[in-house]
Amino acid sequence: MQHLDGNALAGPLAEFFAFDVTMAVAKCEGCGSIAELARAMVYPSGAGTVVRCGSCGRVLMTLVESEDRAWIRFTGMGAIEVRRGAPVVPEG
Amino acid sequence: MVSDAVGTAPPATTVPRAGWHVGTVTAANRETPNAARLEIEVDGWPGNAPGQHLDVRLTAPDGYTATRSYSIASSGDASRVVLAVDRLPDGEVSPFLVDEVRAGDRLEVHGPLGAFFVWRPGADPRPVQLIAGGSGVVPLYAIASARADAGDETPFRLLYSVRTPDDVYFARELEALAGTSAPLRLDLVYTRRAPEGWPHPPGRITRERLEDAVLPAVQYPLVYVCGSTGFVERVAGWLVDAGHDARSIRTERYGGT
Amino acid sequence: MSFITRGFSGRSRERDDRLPPGQTLVHDFPVLSAGPTPDIDTADWEFTIRTETGSQSWNWDEFMALDIDEVSTDIHCVTHWSKLGTSWRGVSLDTIFDHVETELDYVMAHSYGGYTTNVPLDELLDGKAWVAFEFDGEPLEAEHGGPARLLVPHLYFWKSAKWLRGLEMMSSDEPGFWEQNGYHIHGDPWKEERYW
Repeated sequence: MQHLDGNALAGPLAEFFAFDVTMAVAKCEGCGSIAELARAMVYPSGAGTVVRCGSCGRVLMTLVESEDRAWIRFTGMGAIEVRRGAPVVPEG
Repeated sequence: MVSDAVGTAPPATTVPRAGWHVGTVTAANRETPNAARLEIEVDGWPGNAPGQHLDVRLTAPDGYTATRSYSIASSGDASRVVLAVDRLPDGEVSPFLVDEVRAGDRLEVHGPLGAFFVWRPGADPRPVQLIAGGSGVVPLYAIASARADAGDETPFRLLYSVRTPDDVYFARELEALAGTSAPLRLDLVYTRRAPEGWPHPPGRITRERLEDAVLPAVQYPLVYVCGSTGFVERVAGWLVDAGHDARSIRTERYGGT
Repeated sequence: MSFITRGFSGRSRERDDRLPPGQTLVHDFPVLSAGPTPDIDTADWEFTIRTETGSQSWNWDEFMALDIDEVSTDIHCVTHWSKLGTSWRGVSLDTIFDHVETELDYVMAHSYGGYTTNVPLDELLDGKAWVAFEFDGEPLEAEHGGPARLLVPHLYFWKSAKWLRGLEMMSSDEPGFWEQNGYHIHGDPWKEERYW
């Protein structure tokens, strides 16, 4: 099964977050490595999106979407680090 | 919303906010025998940074939808975006975009997306190495064009692995970028068929070809790699082996249908 | 704001009375996977059932010596595809549980690679589930869960754990991987038990 980069999360997560989550920095609770979510491995299983640590492969988060709901679980990471003021500006 | 964060100027990574928009196709042309170039006028598009992508959502009469991500070949404030789409065998969306879409069609697009696989003139003085496999050249072309448009003179190289000379995306534009006063150095690797007299036999990129063509690790370049999962995996591994700092390598794998 | 895209139909979506609600027919066998495909040699494969009193394991040869069933069944994936009349060979969970003593009523299936899914024990017995190692007359390919996968065709197919390595008996119905992340604890396709 081929995986994508965390970059691929930008679209699905932009539906639910007001900032670009792919630029957020997360620490893997498995191996402790720290990286932008854009550097994670993304397995776009049809059932849901599974995000794994780029270093050790542990599941960091999952995203399941139905027509009217979504489930986002930050399984294997603690706090995420988000830069103030970035990375969006208000539209218009 | 008004920001009340005192003393925190927006950093250079600021990108316009993503949203769903309706785009109207203004031109649909053949880019290569297997790919189309689509120009889309997007109502309310806030502009996009070089290297960003968007999602296209198609809806069938029975309500079935299919959404796929495409890199944007253009950048800047304009509300017109350019895509170059490769027809994937067994694909559900790409054959439609390549063979069916014509000027006047409306498409739902979501973007601009992703602030990570982005390069902006003036944001970082380090030299830049771009490495493309096939249609992975699209965001890298956007980045190289943005540099040229800004008159930026950051050293830039593009290593582009492509099946045959007929499969080169943005062939004329890349040639033009290679002929400017601060030229983009363009290195092509042909995997199936090379032009007559080409110094290398066709074949997949090797570690040696890569190391010959890319900016050396001692120059501490920023490296952007885009292509299939296998291509990106191989190339990124060789780069790290050659001493490139993994933190300086940004990758974008494309997959699917 | 959604509108119909001119000329787009997507892959054909066939309907059939044998399909549960919201499902369409496919003829290929889509691959869904939450991670890298484990590469398990049958020489290294081991299947273990853990109960309140201990555990029972089979290696590949021991497992192949059990009674083997031929199974023809429809399968239904929660991502809206169904496949009719698929043929499998495998060992019935009834046969396996003849060798197991337990008072516990719930099962967590564990896979190589870390995947888990939960099923009540009574949904695995009475000819309702198998550990399958052949599909369509061929050894089960790794991408479809080989060497061996759980086959629980009356539930959505995420319950049919690929790369099966064991079953753990539980006193209550704890959620597995997808069940913790949005999917239904039970997963009956005829009741459309897709999500929480």
